[in-house]
Amino acid sequence: MSEVYIIGAGETKFGELWDKSLRDLAVEAGLEAIKEANIYSRDLQMLYASNSLAGTINEQSNIAALAADFSGIAETHVPAVRVEASTASGGAAVREAYLAIKSGEYDVVMVGGVEKMTDIYGSEIIDVQSSILDREWESFNGATPAALAAITARRYMHDFKVPREDLAMIAVNDHANASMNPDAQYRNKITVDQVLKSDPVAEPLNVFDCSPISDGASAIILASDEYRKKNRLDGIRIVSSAMSEDYLALHSRKSIYTLESARIAAKQAIDRAGIKKNDVSFLELNDSYSIYGLLELEDLGFAEKGKGNELLGEIKLGGSLPVNPSGGLKAKGNPLGATGVSQFYEAYLQLKGKAGQRQVKGARYGMLHNMAGTGATSVVHIVGE
Amino acid sequence: MGQLSRFWRESEHRYRLLGTRCENCGRVYFPPREVCPTCHRESIGKMKDLELSGEGVIESFTVVHEAPPRFSRQKPYVLALIKMEEGPMITGQIVDCDPSEVEIGKHVHAVFRRMGEDGDTGVIVYGYKFALD
Repeated sequence: MSEVYIIGAGETKFGELWDKSLRDLAVEAGLEAIKEANIYSRDLQMLYASNSLAGTINEQSNIAALAADFSGIAETHVPAVRVEASTASGGAAVREAYLAIKSGEYDVVMVGGVEKMTDIYGSEIIDVQSSILDREWESFNGATPAALAAITARRYMHDFKVPREDLAMIAVNDHANASMNPDAQYRNKITVDQVLKSDPVAEPLNVFDCSPISDGASAIILASDEYRKKNRLDGIRIVSSAMSEDYLALHSRKSIYTLESARIAAKQAIDRAGIKKNDVSFLELNDSYSIYGLLELEDLGFAEKGKGNELLGEIKLGGSLPVNPSGGLKAKGNPLGATGVSQFYEAYLQLKGKAGQRQVKGARYGMLHNMAGTGATSVVHIVGE
Repeated sequence: MGQLSRFWRESEHRYRLLGTRCENCGRVYFPPREVCPTCHRESIGKMKDLELSGEGVIESFTVVHEAPPRFSRQKPYVLALIKMEEGPMITGQIVDCDPSEVEIGKHVHAVFRRMGEDGDTGVIVYGYKFALD
C-alpha cells in the first residue's frame, strides 16, 4: 500500500465574511491548494467535499458537485462526493481520501472543506447547530452543543476540583497563537479575567469559552508516494488515520466527561503510526468549547483523567506540548466542515517550517483531532515530515 | 416545529416516560431502543416497554442563556442530566424553582409540561420536564 502525502494546502481567512458566498469560499481555498501543490485541477482524480450544515444554513445540498463545477472542473468529469460527519466532517473526508489512495484506486485527490455560517440569523444558527445532537431526545428538550458542554464542564469541575480558571486557559492559549495567524478570525490576545467576565452562554461557560460562528474554507491535495516522486513534488506525510464512534447522545455515554471516541481513535492512530506519544511535536485539538481542550489532553493520552490541567504550563508555543498553534477552534475559528481540513493546513505549514511566528521549532509529528458534537465521532490523524 | 407525525409518534414515550427493558440482561433504556447495545442480536424481540417512575437524581446541569428561538421565552432555563432510578440518564429541563436552588445530587421527579407550539395556530407539543422533590 502506498504512503499518502499532502502535496499542497490552501485556505481562506476565517471569520464573518459577508461578501463571500459558500461557493466563493470553496473555490478560493481549492485553487490555492492546487497552486501550492504545483498541479493542475484537471490532474485531480477525485474530489471529497466536507460540509456539515449547508443544506439547512444555505439551503444548498449537493455541495460536491457545486464545488467541482465552480472550481472549473465540470468538464473533466472528476467524481465528487460530500462527506458529512457533523463537525468531524473534515477529518472524516481526509480519512476517506487517505483510504482511497491507500486502496490504489487514486493517485491524486482533493479534500475541500467549507462552511458558510453567517447566511442565517444569530439565534437560528443555534437551532441549526443543535441538529447535530439527538434532535428528539436532547435538543427537543432545550439542549444545545454549548449547554451539553457546560453540563460536562460542571460535573468535571465538581468531581476533580478543577478551578474555573483552568478552562479559561485553553481559550487564552488559542488567542495568543491566533494573534500570529493571518487567517484567524480573532487575532486579539485575551486574559483569564476577560474569559471569566464575558457574557454567560450556558453556565459555567461564557462567550469566551465557546468557538465562534465562522465562515471559511480549507483544501488539501493528497497524493500517493509514486505520484509525488514521479512528478518531483514535495509534501508532508499522513502517517496514520483512525476514527471512532460513541453514543450520539451525551446522556447515553458511560461517562459524561470521557471522550471515549477520542480515546480509542488516538490510541489506534498512535499504534498505527508506530510512534510514542512523546514523539508528538504539537496537537491540534477540537476545542469547540474550552472544557473539551482539557478533556482531549486526557483522552488523547497525554494526561490522566481529571489532570489535564497539569499540562497547562506546557501547551503554549515553546512548551513541551504546544496545543493549537493555529489558534484552535476558539480563535482561528470553527467553520464546521472546514475545521477538520484546516487542521491539516496548519500541519502542512508547521511540518514544512512555513508557519512563521507561530512555528513549532523542530516539529516532526503533529496529532490532529476532529470531533463531532459532544464526542459522538472522533477522527485522529498523525502527520509527519 | 416540523411535521405533526414526528411528535405524535413519540408522544407515548414522552407523556409516560415509556422506555424499554432488555429481557436478556435487564438493562433499562430511555429513549426506547430496538436493540440492546450490550446484548446486540441476543436482544432482538426481547426489548419490552417499561414505564419509568420519573424519580431521579441530578447528575449535572447548566443554566442556558443562549438558546434557539423556540426557547427564547424561557431564557434563562435550567437544563440537566437526570440519572433515573431505573438506570438510564435523561436530558431535560428543571422547572418551578430558582436556578440557584439546583445542585448536583438533588432528587427530582418528572412533570408533564408544554414543550412548545407550531406558531400561533399550530399544534402544541407536550413532554417531560423535572421539578425538585
